[in-house]
Amino acid sequence: MDQGSAAGTGGTLISLSDSEQRCYSGLYALCQPDSSGKLAAGKVAELFRASQLPAETLHQVTEVCGAKRLGYFGCGQFYGALKLMAAAQAGLPVRLESIAGELPLPVFVGITNELEMRYPNQPLTNESQSHILGSVTGSAPRPPADRPVLRHPDTSMDKQEVWSPPQSPGISPPRSPSAYRSYPYGAQRNGTDTLLVYEAKVPGLPSVPQENSSPSHYSLRLQPEQPVITRVASVERLVERVEVDYSDDPWRITEEQREYYTIQFRSLQPDLSALIMGTVAKNFFTKSKLPILELSHIWELSDVDKDGALTFPEFCTAFHLIVARKNGYPLPETLPATLRPGFVEAAVVTAPPSEKIGSVDLQMTSRQGVTTKQEARDESRKPEFSPKRIPEPHEKPTQHVSTLKPDSPQELDANMKSRTRPRSYSSTSIDDAMKKVEEPPTPPPRPQKTHSRASSLDLNKLFQQSGQGSRRSQHSLSAKSGWLPPPPALPPRPPATQIFSFIPGSEKSSQKVVQQPNFADFSKFREEQETSVRGGLSTEDLTPPKLDSTVVHQGHAPQKPVRRKIHPESQSATPPSATPYSAATLTKSTQRPPPKQKREIQMAIRKNRETNAVLTRLNSELQQQLKVVHRERVTLESQLELLRPVAST
Amino acid sequence: MNCDSMNYPLYIRSVPTQGELKFHYTVHTSLDVVEEKISGVGKALADQRELYLGLLYPTEDYKVYGYVTNSKVKFVIVVDSSNTSLRDNEIRSMFRKLHNSFTDVMCNPFYNPGDPIQSKAFDSIVSTMMVQAF
Repeated sequence: MDQGSAAGTGGTLISLSDSEQRCYSGLYALCQPDSSGKLAAGKVAELFRASQLPAETLHQVTEVCGAKRLGYFGCGQFYGALKLMAAAQAGLPVRLESIAGELPLPVFVGITNELEMRYPNQPLTNESQSHILGSVTGSAPRPPADRPVLRHPDTSMDKQEVWSPPQSPGISPPRSPSAYRSYPYGAQRNGTDTLLVYEAKVPGLPSVPQENSSPSHYSLRLQPEQPVITRVASVERLVERVEVDYSDDPWRITEEQREYYTIQFRSLQPDLSALIMGTVAKNFFTKSKLPILELSHIWELSDVDKDGALTFPEFCTAFHLIVARKNGYPLPETLPATLRPGFVEAAVVTAPPSEKIGSVDLQMTSRQGVTTKQEARDESRKPEFSPKRIPEPHEKPTQHVSTLKPDSPQELDANMKSRTRPRSYSSTSIDDAMKKVEEPPTPPPRPQKTHSRASSLDLNKLFQQSGQGSRRSQHSLSAKSGWLPPPPALPPRPPATQIFSFIPGSEKSSQKVVQQPNFADFSKFREEQETSVRGGLSTEDLTPPKLDSTVVHQGHAPQKPVRRKIHPESQSATPPSATPYSAATLTKSTQRPPPKQKREIQMAIRKNRETNAVLTRLNSELQQQLKVVHRERVTLESQLELLRPVAST
Repeated sequence: MNCDSMNYPLYIRSVPTQGELKFHYTVHTSLDVVEEKISGVGKALADQRELYLGLLYPTEDYKVYGYVTNSKVKFVIVVDSSNTSLRDNEIRSMFRKLHNSFTDVMCNPFYNPGDPIQSKAFDSIVSTMMVQAF
């Protein structure tokens, strides 16, 4: 190439040697230049990442070679950039002057085999893994790279931990493809295959070296669980092996991670170019068990366009931040450069769509069904449907909203901004009522998201029982009869039209609730929550479904879920429509909470009784011991008495 | 400081941190004035002018400015009377910024409306605003 003989960057001409020329032209071709000679940004970004230079260096390179100014990588800029990278890898500062002389070729990890061929002057160092490059110059960047590379293993592994049952990290040195196969990608064994293919890029790449390197790659990733200890171990391993992992930068998303994120994104939103709604994302990220404050911060960082929804790059960013956080990284105050949407976007382009949705989806959707607060309890019971009526002060009302069709989250998002104070506390039952309503007309995926409070109870079972029990509830006042015949605290099940007969039911329920002392605590708690939250808000808005004593406003209770979605000012329009169906479902929903509460309370009572028994036993034993000790004391005292006259004399 | 429709303080920040209680008190009393103003305005339309309530209440030491959003979230700014350099426009712009950052906070699905605002971004915006203004 003519241009190959000189790279013009900022007006200075830099001569390239023959080998450099060959190499650069190969790389240039690799980066898919279009007709005008500009290079595909994604490819270039990838290549730069493969150089294993720190992000700041790469930015410098981009700047110095003039691409930043131009906005794209033309041939000259590209060549200049390559030279600068070579310089950087040699440890020289990124300046035009430093590339004036002869330099070893820049090292790019994992790009093509062809290129490897072109690096004859890159002897593989003590890295036992061949093929992919240990560069002489790379040894300097290597040690700092160690740490971040470790982090990446940690992140990817921990990410796995977060989302899938923890796999054993103790996979033996995976020099063999078999170990590689067993890499715990959750259920997505196939994902590794994809990655293999992906990393090969050039089909001609022999699979063997790839596999060899990948196992090492992944062995690094398998370090994870005790970062401290394994970090030491993996440092040693790293020294032995070639780092296939890219970055020195923990904030950089590796390809593998990107794939994983893609899969996750797909599970939430099949269209990669569409948005994930805020509530959906929230449910998803809350499963990571990070504190809400941190999740909130992560959201703020990653939702750059502040639209309350995540695009795919934003999602990757957020996911990456979560993963990093889980690995102990403090959250940055601002978005690191490598996580900026532009950067992420560029990388996204190059990420192959991974098609391992089948098994993954199952897992993901199943996980989505898990509630946020109760995941610990409920993870095993995800298909169930029963929102638990435990008062959760930080219950997120938006969870319920997420059950609604995607379009309603749209308006929800719009309205969330203008919403004042949705009642987070007792509205959940109403929300569930709403959910119930939505449920029949809508397809299955919805139910999985409705669990704000899944419990071990199967909702359907509960329904049947409450259906049966409600008939009886009016008659029997026996509390604690075991919840299979649902406790009488259930309001009677009025026909749908009789909204207000609901009220006596609820009143009765509140009475019954009060009768059971343990219930009272709960109800008080919830009342407190509700009243404190409600404050002076117009009473017609938020009334607790169960414990409401204001008769008139019971009819407004169904408004609550409606409020979730619709602007409070338009409430007047919605209640009429809301009330008919929500009333019917309200009864169902209100019947659901008491049994659950009761059951819980009963369990608590049982536990208390047991502890009581244990303690009384303990008490009696101690009493025995006390008696024995007393006796001893008495004997000793008498002996003392006997001895004293002797001693005194 | 901003309060929601329940008049719960969602967020309070004052630059001279001593005497904060006095500010709290001031703000709460000014809420009455705000209520009065918004109840007086019976129009359904909500343009920026109405959102900005202007000088609510000048006392001996300080002036109180109010701003209410469409969702009845009230923003109250208390400034020292000695600080006469603050013009109305500046206050308006401050409120606008507050409103914008508040909506950003709201956008965050992890934020429960009604919770005290703990967003760092919001904090930083408020701090910069206060620093530049006072």
